Amino acid sequence: MDELIFFINRVLISGTVLGSIYALGAIGVTLIFGILRFAHFAHGDMMTMGAFIAFVLATALAAMGVVLPLPLGFIVLPVAMVITAVIALGIDKGFYAPLRARGAKPVTLLIASIGVTLMIQGLVRLIFGSGTQSIYVGQPKEIFRLDMSWAGGSRPISITEPQLLMFIVTALLVVALHLFLTRSRLGKAMRAMADNAALAQVSGINTALVVRVTWVIAGSLACVAGTMLALDVALMPDLAFNIVLPIFAAAIVGGLGHAYGAIVGGFLIAFAETLAVFNWTAVLRPLNGVLPEAMQLPANLALVPTEYKLTVAFVILVITLLVRPTGIFKGAST
Amino acid sequence: MALIELKHVVGGYGGAPILNGVNMAIDKSDIGVIVGPNGAGKSTTLKAIFGLLKVTGGTIDFGGENIANSLPDKLVPKGLSFVPQEKNVFTSMSVEENLEMGAFTRTDDFSDTMDWVYAMFPVLAEKRRQPAGELSGGQRQMVAMGRALMSKPSLLMLDEPSAGLSPRYVIEIFETIQRVNQEGVGILMVEQNARQALAFASKGFVLAGGQNRYTGTGAELIADPEVAKSFLGG
Ligand SMILES: Nc1ncnc2c1ncn2[C@@H]1O[C@H](COP(=O)(O)OP(=O)(O)OP(=O)(O)O)[C@@H](O)[C@H]1O
Ligand SMILES: [Mg+2]
Repeated sequence: MDELIFFINRVLISGTVLGSIYALGAIGVTLIFGILRFAHFAHGDMMTMGAFIAFVLATALAAMGVVLPLPLGFIVLPVAMVITAVIALGIDKGFYAPLRARGAKPVTLLIASIGVTLMIQGLVRLIFGSGTQSIYVGQPKEIFRLDMSWAGGSRPISITEPQLLMFIVTALLVVALHLFLTRSRLGKAMRAMADNAALAQVSGINTALVVRVTWVIAGSLACVAGTMLALDVALMPDLAFNIVLPIFAAAIVGGLGHAYGAIVGGFLIAFAETLAVFNWTAVLRPLNGVLPEAMQLPANLALVPTEYKLTVAFVILVITLLVRPTGIFKGAST
Repeated sequence: MALIELKHVVGGYGGAPILNGVNMAIDKSDIGVIVGPNGAGKSTTLKAIFGLLKVTGGTIDFGGENIANSLPDKLVPKGLSFVPQEKNVFTSMSVEENLEMGAFTRTDDFSDTMDWVYAMFPVLAEKRRQPAGELSGGQRQMVAMGRALMSKPSLLMLDEPSAGLSPRYVIEIFETIQRVNQEGVGILMVEQNARQALAFASKGFVLAGGQNRYTGTGAELIADPEVAKSFLGG
């Protein structure tokens, strides 16, 4: 029983946490690609930026003496999302829109977004320093423990408060996005533009408005993902830059331009990573009792050492590109 | 006054002009058919009207104003619709969503118009939930026309609506175009099935080298031995 609990804690919960973050990031990447046809390399840093905005707001609230039952970093999320969305619109207007107006190639936009990455990282370091911050401003991280003794487990299933909040928020956002894309006029126009931009223009769809909506969605989801990551781990200037590769892998594996694909891709990559670094001895240990002496399980039976976790996303990406370049769902990249 | 009137339109894609003075006038009751050899500038003429390329000279009067270089999101609400030759449906979206996109610029209730389109293309009503990419070529062409009609245009422009269709479907799509026209929508279309299209055209234009070579009723052009010899394959 304890082995199962260990598996739930280490794989199921961790995988879902990571999957939520990847999915929220990858949705932004995939929508931007679908609408604007370029790989937005600075997306990880947009996540970091969102997290720092939440951090500033939470610190301000704490300084005003506000005490609430939920983490302040979570409470300020709606405001932080709006601010990040506005900054995302500003970045587009300042850096990407002028290039598009001149008919720049996607690779030029990609390079511009690398510039934006450096700029955001520089600014964050300039303002907040390069150290690690806690978004908890004085509050302890609450941990829910689900007692499993009734099932013969000696350890509880444990989930932290931010993790639980993240599951709820991710689920709500995914449902909201689904409703937006399938029910609303603007959401459908967004799908139309990702499907066939020239025809969207011919239909009289206000493509500039669709572009703005794309940045608002991508920016606000990046803020949620970044803040959640900061709540789950810690806040630092290269917080999300480190997970840009798995996020892009998720978007590509799911099929570029395909929002649901990004969600599936996000969870797929996250679980693949989690399972790959999971120490299988922990669950298979009981086998030692029946296995002969010479075949005892080693102390660590992980497929991939933790420090090479990133290679998992990379390998999945390469396999996808070789076997099914359009992704699980037929993406817009062709 | 004509519904749309092109006066000596000059334009192109940035380099040398492709259109070197195109003249056309279409009334609400008209079916105008543009024919001509490959590269004559037929598609370019429709794109120039629809603001998809730069017009550098001449005027395009529509609804009492010069619409040259206006963009589609301004033209569609004014009553202009365009069905491009290729990639003219949203393949990943359902038939009904395709039609909704045609009504994007409308803020009023467009369910009447959708019923009207479904009445015109009953097959589409059956397949309303199916992705447009899964339909046959002829059915896609209907989706494309339906999408363009959703804005209740006064002028519908079509670029080679019969391209790639089997002869049976060609007849069907031409009949539909005439029906749409009878319901009060002016038509301006480019056609490779020139003889067949000119047969029901009230206005015909032979374009070559970005200029009008012959203009007349469809019947006149078919009867003109010069036109028949050079442009209609004898
Ligand atoms: N997007 C473009 N950019 C630059 N030149 C173009 C473009 N599209 C067409 N042209 C050029 O404009 C000229 C006229 O093209 P157009 O498509 O209008 O011909 P068309 O009469 O429709 O011919 P077809 O019967 O082959 O469709 C051609 O010489 C073509 O090469
Ligand atoms: Mg053409």
